[in-house]
Amino acid sequence: MITLEVNGHRHDVDVDPSTPLLYVLRGELALNAAKFGCGLGQCGSCTVMVDGEAIYSCITPVSTLAGRRITTVEGLGTVDKPGPVQRAFIEEQAAQCGYCIPGMMMRAQALLEKNPGASEDEIRKALEPNLCRCGTHMRILRAVARAGKLMGAK
Amino acid sequence: MRRREFLATGGALVIAFSIPRAAWAQDAEGAKLPGSLGKTPMLDSWIRIGTDGSITVFTGKCELGQGVRTALQQVAAEQLAVAFDRVTMVTADTERTPDEGFTSGSNSMKDSGTAILNAAAQARELLIAEAAKRLAVPSTQLVARDGSIVAPDGRRVAYGELVEGQLLHVNAQPHSTLIDRASRRVMGKPVQRVDIPGKVTGGVAYVQDLRLPGMVHARVVRPPQPGAKLRSLDASAARAMPGVVDVVRDGNFVAVIARSEFEAVRAMRALSDSATWDDGSLPPQEIHAHLLGLASKDTVIADRGTATSPAQYESTYHRPYHMHGAIGPSCAVGLLQDGKLTVWTHTQGVYPLRAAIAELVKMPPDKVHCIHMEGSGCYGHNGADDAGGDAALLAVTHPGRPVRVQHMREQEHSWEPYGPAMVTKARASLGADGRIVSWEFDVWSNTHSTRPGKAGNLAAGMLVASPFAASPPGTIPQPEGGGDRNSIPLYSVPRVKVTSRFIPEMPLRVSALRGLGAYMNVFSIESFMDELAVAAKADPVGFRLRHLDDPRAVSVVQAVAERFGWSTWQREPGHGRGFAFARYKNLAAYFAIAMDVEVTRESGEIRVGRVCCAIDSGEAVNPDGIRNQTEGGVVQSLSWTMLEAVTWDAKRITSRDWGRYPVIRFQHVPRSLDVQVIDRPGEPFLGTGEAAQGPTAAALANAVADATGVRIRDIPLNPARVAATLRRV
Amino acid sequence: MQWSRVIALLALACASCTAPAPMEGHAPGPRTFPASDIAKGANLAALGNCVTCHTAPGGKPFAGGYALKTPFGTVHGTNITPDEATGIGRWSEEDFRRALREGLNPAGHHYYPAFPYAYFTHLTDEDIHALYAFVMTREAVHAETPANTVVVPRFAVAIWNARYLHPGPARSDPARDASWNRGAYLADSLAHCSDCHTPRDKLGGEKSAEYLSGGDVDGWHAPALNEHSPSPVPWNVEALETYLATGLADHHAISAGPMRGVVDNLGRASHGDVHALAVYIAGMERSSPHRARGSEAADSSAQRGKQVYAGACADCHTRGRSADGGALPLEEAIALAIPTPSNLIHIVRDGIVPREDRAQPWMPAFRGALTDEQLVDLLAYLRTIDGVEWNDLNEQVRKADKEPG
Ligand code: FES
Ligand code: FES
Repeated sequence: MITLEVNGHRHDVDVDPSTPLLYVLRGELALNAAKFGCGLGQCGSCTVMVDGEAIYSCITPVSTLAGRRITTVEGLGTVDKPGPVQRAFIEEQAAQCGYCIPGMMMRAQALLEKNPGASEDEIRKALEPNLCRCGTHMRILRAVARAGKLMGAK
Repeated sequence: MRRREFLATGGALVIAFSIPRAAWAQDAEGAKLPGSLGKTPMLDSWIRIGTDGSITVFTGKCELGQGVRTALQQVAAEQLAVAFDRVTMVTADTERTPDEGFTSGSNSMKDSGTAILNAAAQARELLIAEAAKRLAVPSTQLVARDGSIVAPDGRRVAYGELVEGQLLHVNAQPHSTLIDRASRRVMGKPVQRVDIPGKVTGGVAYVQDLRLPGMVHARVVRPPQPGAKLRSLDASAARAMPGVVDVVRDGNFVAVIARSEFEAVRAMRALSDSATWDDGSLPPQEIHAHLLGLASKDTVIADRGTATSPAQYESTYHRPYHMHGAIGPSCAVGLLQDGKLTVWTHTQGVYPLRAAIAELVKMPPDKVHCIHMEGSGCYGHNGADDAGGDAALLAVTHPGRPVRVQHMREQEHSWEPYGPAMVTKARASLGADGRIVSWEFDVWSNTHSTRPGKAGNLAAGMLVASPFAASPPGTIPQPEGGGDRNSIPLYSVPRVKVTSRFIPEMPLRVSALRGLGAYMNVFSIESFMDELAVAAKADPVGFRLRHLDDPRAVSVVQAVAERFGWSTWQREPGHGRGFAFARYKNLAAYFAIAMDVEVTRESGEIRVGRVCCAIDSGEAVNPDGIRNQTEGGVVQSLSWTMLEAVTWDAKRITSRDWGRYPVIRFQHVPRSLDVQVIDRPGEPFLGTGEAAQGPTAAALANAVADATGVRIRDIPLNPARVAATLRRV
Repeated sequence: MQWSRVIALLALACASCTAPAPMEGHAPGPRTFPASDIAKGANLAALGNCVTCHTAPGGKPFAGGYALKTPFGTVHGTNITPDEATGIGRWSEEDFRRALREGLNPAGHHYYPAFPYAYFTHLTDEDIHALYAFVMTREAVHAETPANTVVVPRFAVAIWNARYLHPGPARSDPARDASWNRGAYLADSLAHCSDCHTPRDKLGGEKSAEYLSGGDVDGWHAPALNEHSPSPVPWNVEALETYLATGLADHHAISAGPMRGVVDNLGRASHGDVHALAVYIAGMERSSPHRARGSEAADSSAQRGKQVYAGACADCHTRGRSADGGALPLEEAIALAIPTPSNLIHIVRDGIVPREDRAQPWMPAFRGALTDEQLVDLLAYLRTIDGVEWNDLNEQVRKADKEPG
């Protein structure tokens, strides 16, 4: 039994400790946002935050996560009360299929928590690990910049 | 949660009504019915209004991330004169929606948009006529407003009250009165997409997110290369692993089912490690020479004017296999219950997939129910149908249990049907006046569609012990074309001859990838146009305009040249600019693009700077949706053109992950990307999704040639190729 | 960072810490050369890995600006494009030869020995000519090399040169074949293998008695290439040639760290020359299999590390490269056999990630996924696989965080 703290809630999960976090989020905890894209740490669709850092949940075993703070897109807000990053992605209509977007949002959140005024070059650099196949990049860049403004304004 | 529950039960929530299957597609006078109404003319196949006033609109097209659900909802809401939110859309579902074939070819607005536009307008007319009877007011004095029909004296009847009986159970008519343009509230407006809020907040948005009670997870084990035969399989280790429910083997089809997803992944690996295979085969790596050596069926698809002298200029272009490479590997859920098989799938065609699955599992088609749920963007025929077939095959082995299967990244990369490798050859002569006097073009290609319809077109159907026959590879006739799509130039040239050289034998599995042959043919034609412009010492934009008659073509070209500042552009060292134009399929959207690039000779690296483009896809229902799709088309094409190629060695496909199949990332997308949407109110919908890919590829190659003086005719223009080419000259 | 390394790195500062060179007496060199000379020079420049230290990240090739951080400040690789104002556009071939052979700029000022003239001094006149033809025909880029922030006593270089600069032809051995001799020449001159792979003394000079016994560079360990090679699977010519040309050979780790740039360049060099390098280097390697001295994972840190390994590493690294998602078994990984865990720390944290425009295998990055404590535990476990003596793991992990990865 491992206790995970996800979006401020504690969950006791009974899985093999080597199970990657992604499968626990999607399976045991029924959270949809983090996505399976490659399982290889190459695409970023599974990105979540652990202790404020963006990580690949598909290669991070839950055994290493006891006592650490895990944040997923579900922790950023809801449809009715979207957080700044979510709001910005909606306002910029920054999605085509949207499959990559939760990972993008988490990487953006990790960046903006440290640096809400990130420049476009800094945003490009920070998002470099995350792939989007639909070619939504330009909108994602705008959304992250907008989210930075929303966060900075808070 | 609310949303999840809704969707989770969505499959079971079957509204019982039948879709009349009219044998005829025309009304009594023989006039053609608009869009897909021709195939499904009964109005209540498209629109249902409940007695409570609820409005449900049905489309046989799928939401693939292109925003079609939103655009169709706009069309319906506008013509039914209700608020956007009042309309509930139901998309592709074999028990609920019309059969509109595949969601492909940028046809959704043309087919379904046109059908719904007219059906909704007709429904509004019927409601008005009914209200006229009830209120005893001439229908000309009534207006539809916000879900009611309103009389001049202020009396109103809600739609719900009017639909008792079979009001909408009538045949479509060829012409209905559309809401006039001046009073439109929803169409033509940048309405926000309905699917995005759920997607950015962790809602159940994809088939990957579907969770049904008692659902188990499956993973397949695929052969190491096409044609490999399973020699031995020791399933004992996998069976003994925690959570494993079953190992399924049928010929070369191997899968494992487990309680949880990661247990399935682990067992799949064990199973895969314990399998031995007799080698299949892969083609030689010099694929273009190999393709040219295969038999082809040649058709002259354009032949006008008479040949004069031999061609002065000739160029040959190559394109590798490209993969769809969806970010989320393909997934499906199957459930056999009470003798009925339901498959939740992100296929592009629920009806054709149903036919293939029925054949695969040997059930009558009416016992198979395919429900579309979104997946990761597919960009054509990728692994989605295969996953549907896998889920079906596994579900029938475990009746009563929903089985979810998702492919692994390496399986998606190595088993999806690729966009075909192609060769083109262009020849032309210029007249003394600098105009093209003759043009010949040859295109060599495999088929661009091996979509299901037959079980043999599904991976599972190929792998089972008694494999199924696939439909024979075929061409798509002009004017749409398949491999030869867009191979006939739109430019006015006295002598044109185009030969489509169709190669039936497929060295690797291929099928539809966004744009089909248009990507390569436009890349070739528009590269060649620049080469000819250089030969004619003409400006590339002016040279194109010299050969264009269609005013809509001229206007996208001019719009882009102006926005880009073509005539005032200042060259900096290492920089170049490129232009290209095409009308998709020669009958759909017009698109032009200009870009500047910087090329580093030493490393061969290309940086795309400023990109300006313009699209005219007829009447713009959702301008922001068009912009979004177009941005995506440009960036995806840059990725294909700058970086991508499927690779293999003697043993297997080597481009099995993102390391071996690089795609564009944030550092290499353009510095800026500007899309002008040229709205043509009242003109037919022309579709958007595939207009940009071909021209973008050519504009890039043209800009590289402009920057370096060196023409590269082989895709991809990756750093290794660019640097090597520049070193040679 | 070792003092010796500092001295060496400071060398890059030289050109800008001396007064601008007077150009009288030196005519600008010709700008046109036979294509064959340029092509030959391109091959040599690839073998010399020149572009790496003469290019800023994301910058124009050879235009300088590559920053090296030292405790004494930052120094930058110089612009060697033929730009007259900021590059070497006004250099004659003689100026160029003097720089490579003697470590002197056209004004006669010393370069510091991180510019590897102590190796280039062995280059033949013909090769210097070809290199000159190559660099003088690059795109001239106007790029001021950023100001360095270092003050260096220049007299140290004269002393250093007296001791460590040995002009003259490279070693040759008539008893060996042409490949070996070509390899020896390239390895000791242009490719300057021992710059990284040989330990240095206090003054930053090579310990010649420990030629290719392993050195340290930019926070990475460059393993021994001679009979002390720790490679768990001995190298042979074929494997080494494949590795040098592609960065990947069966039963060996993928190239990483500073070696990445080297193999990227060697991939563009002539096959014959890469083969020659492999002949020469592999000829020095021991031929008997390395004996892993695996020990028990006794302490509690190692026990915890085993858990980390089971979750984060084992799924790939126990399955071998031929399996989907499989990777090199760690018994074959050289990072577990070298005297310091530094390479492993970098690799676990940052992965071995291909550039976006290269098709290469990929080890993912675990930065943020593992805490420093978990990384220490993992190292404590992994050191038992090969029985290496890595000490002060906490300190090593902390230190590696500061050094560039
Ligand atoms: S799914 Fe984790 S990085 Fe791709
Ligand atoms: S929006 Fe589809 S992958 Fe990014």
